[in-house]
Amino acid sequence: MSKRNISAVVFFMIIAVFFVFSALMMHPFGVPEETDMDDEIIKEAQNETGTNNGVTSVVFDYRGFDTLGEATVLFTAVAGVIMVFRRLKQ
Amino acid sequence: MSGMSKIVRTISSIVFPLIIIYGLYIISHGHLTPGGGFQGGAVVASGCAMILVAYGSIWTINKMKEKNLSLLESIGAICFILLAFFGLGFGAVFFNNFLVGSNFLFGTIPYFGSTIADINTGGVVPLMNFAVGIKVIAGLFAIVLVMAHASSTKEGKK
Amino acid sequence: MIFNIPFIAVSALILIGLYAVIFRRNLIKMVIGITLIESGVNLFLITLGYRENSVAPIFTNLPSGTIVPEGMSFPVPQALTLTSIVIGVAVLALMLSLIIHIYRHYGTLDAREIGGREE
Repeated sequence: MSKRNISAVVFFMIIAVFFVFSALMMHPFGVPEETDMDDEIIKEAQNETGTNNGVTSVVFDYRGFDTLGEATVLFTAVAGVIMVFRRLKQ
Repeated sequence: MSGMSKIVRTISSIVFPLIIIYGLYIISHGHLTPGGGFQGGAVVASGCAMILVAYGSIWTINKMKEKNLSLLESIGAICFILLAFFGLGFGAVFFNNFLVGSNFLFGTIPYFGSTIADINTGGVVPLMNFAVGIKVIAGLFAIVLVMAHASSTKEGKK
Repeated sequence: MIFNIPFIAVSALILIGLYAVIFRRNLIKMVIGITLIESGVNLFLITLGYRENSVAPIFTNLPSGTIVPEGMSFPVPQALTLTSIVIGVAVLALMLSLIIHIYRHYGTLDAREIGGREE
């Protein structure tokens, strides 16, 4: 049992105790904190965006900037994978 | 990566158009039912991966080169950004929904409550669904194709 | 305590993934542990936005008798989970392609030998 193994076990035990305690002290499942933003989005989604789907109107209209960032991450990943396997043509 | 037997190749080339139709249905009805661009793109990409496994990677990369796939992905990304900039031109904000209420392409607004709206609603959201769907199909198929081809060349077999 | 089962499942997933990253030597097992942590975080994001006896926030063919803003679940955490799943796929693809490159260069998949320390 070297010093590295003992410190790894102690670190893991601290994080495990922290996770189990915070899982038992959360709010009950099904009674969330009351917000006004989601109720306003559900009431105004059909009038302002014209769709019947609440989730798509949030993804593409109310929070379209996050979808732009996600498309950039996907493009960067595809570019990185193709670049790793490219052979130099000599 | 070599292909599989003749029975597997025949059945997978029969099932492949049905998978494409199912995926395009999920993409194009994204503003009425659960789904959208990302989910439908993942369905079509897994159908393309089934063709890759059945026919072998050498035959597939001879039929569909990498340059066509990067071209398709770039077209999808450019269309998505162009739709966002048109909102800046026709209104005052960046992602403005400029097709709702106008009688140009996707203009009508459904009534409040539980209705069955037709495809003609939605504004700029169905066009964005198509752009993101094409981008996801090309990107995921390119990843799987390059990684399957790279493990079957002469450097890999030592 | 019986009503917090989804949160206990989230912490179990994250702890098993963390054990696989810290205590295993093979590179592929570390990647599987990172994927488990990703799945735990996605599950946590979805269970934050659930009301009791609610339906999905979609207006096509609603079951009869639902009150409109109070009988539907929140749509914003579902949108954030969608983004998180796609980012997880992108990171996994990059990690696996780098592992193929490492195996061709070193000939082994042991993390301690590649790092230079042999214990």
